[in-house]
Amino acid sequence: MSTPRFALPQGRSRALGALGAAALVGVAATVWLGLFVTPPDQFMGNLVRLLYIHPPMAWVAFLAYGIASLASLLYLWPRTRAEHFDRLAGASAEVGVVFTGLTLVSGSIWGRPTWGAWWVWDPLLTTTALLFVLYLGYLALRRVPGEFHVRARRSAIGALIAFVDVPIVYFSVEWWRSLHQAPTVLNPTTHKTYVHGSMAWTLLLGFVSFTLVYIWLMAHRYRLGKLEDLEDTEGLGAALAERRAEGEAA
Amino acid sequence: MLRDAVLVAGKDLRIELRSRIGLNQVGPFAIAVLLLFGLALGPDRAVLAPASAGLFWVAVLLSTLLAVQRSYAIESADAARDGLRLSGLDPAGIFLGKAGAVAAQLLVLEAGLTVGVALLYGAHLSGGLVLIAACAAGTLGLAAVGTLYGVVASGLRTRETLLPLLFLPVVAPVLLAATKAWNAALAGTPGRAGGWLDVLVVFAVLYIAIGTVAFGPLLEDG
Repeated sequence: MSTPRFALPQGRSRALGALGAAALVGVAATVWLGLFVTPPDQFMGNLVRLLYIHPPMAWVAFLAYGIASLASLLYLWPRTRAEHFDRLAGASAEVGVVFTGLTLVSGSIWGRPTWGAWWVWDPLLTTTALLFVLYLGYLALRRVPGEFHVRARRSAIGALIAFVDVPIVYFSVEWWRSLHQAPTVLNPTTHKTYVHGSMAWTLLLGFVSFTLVYIWLMAHRYRLGKLEDLEDTEGLGAALAERRAEGEAA
Repeated sequence: MLRDAVLVAGKDLRIELRSRIGLNQVGPFAIAVLLLFGLALGPDRAVLAPASAGLFWVAVLLSTLLAVQRSYAIESADAARDGLRLSGLDPAGIFLGKAGAVAAQLLVLEAGLTVGVALLYGAHLSGGLVLIAACAAGTLGLAAVGTLYGVVASGLRTRETLLPLLFLPVVAPVLLAATKAWNAALAGTPGRAGGWLDVLVVFAVLYIAIGTVAFGPLLEDG
């Protein structure tokens, strides 16, 4: 068997495993603290428990898109062009789409009892929903087969076209709503939740552990992308041999 | 660059004038869309007239997709795209020319659609300058994004399904801003359209700029 060029070095494989374990423990602790330890909110009651997962999910989604855009830009810039930036952009955007979906679902579940509707045409919600579709389009574009650098450049330009759109969408939608009616549903003064003590710590833990989940998922997706390219160039047999070697090493 | 743009736009428009695909297919398609909206919302003019600005722009958006697909279909026959690459024309000029030709066709279509919404939906046309300004700026933005994504999708096997998915979410701000500007004009308060026109202009300038830079590499890759 040839030397497994694409197998992870043992140290890095362990680090990735440890990261996954930390993410899992963090999420489990967030769930436990969020459901059993923290008190219900004075106004929102038990609904406030969504606070520990919904904002962290939204944060991860935006972080993922930010990293995908940065990686696309670095790929397009001739002096920093490298294959790994393309894979990073793809992996990050894919995880971002998953978390955008989760953000929309958890937000909708939260919105039903608090606002009385599964969906309101709020600027942030509308922008997030459009982002979801925008990046689904980007992922579809990525999936179009082609030579590596052709596909990568096409995808990177697609990502930047989408990224430039985000602020225009946000500001125009915000303006559309504020000209239309007073922001009654998301009034900053009533929407604000006072967070303190165990609630603040749980929220912080939520942010940290969801970010760890993001890094862990992205690292695996990145590896998978690399193996997919390997499969394209060297065939399935070689990829399988590498994966097996990696399993034996771990 | 501008000379190249005029050449390419002239070529595209000449082809359209001779083939009459735009006239015979895209125009009737837009009218069909207007009629379908009418059926969906019912015959009540009290419902249709206030919605006419939004319906007008949705019809324009859908027609843009057809115009862009047509613009690249003419390049796919007889390896015209390779000819375009070999012609030595400035890629930025090719982008501006193709976008300009699409925009010119859309503007003609919009003139027809304006008559359509006035007749079918009973929209009271007022604030003519704002209507025209919104059409001009909005159409430039739509044509720029359409031409940019058109070259991305052209030559791909999945182009028919990919182009709408890429194009429609990106132009959401154009739909929003153009509709608001038109609503302001139709309601007899064209002064309130100012900010929305700015959004349309910013959008158009931004995507024309991206297009002139990015079109070259995308054309080479296809």
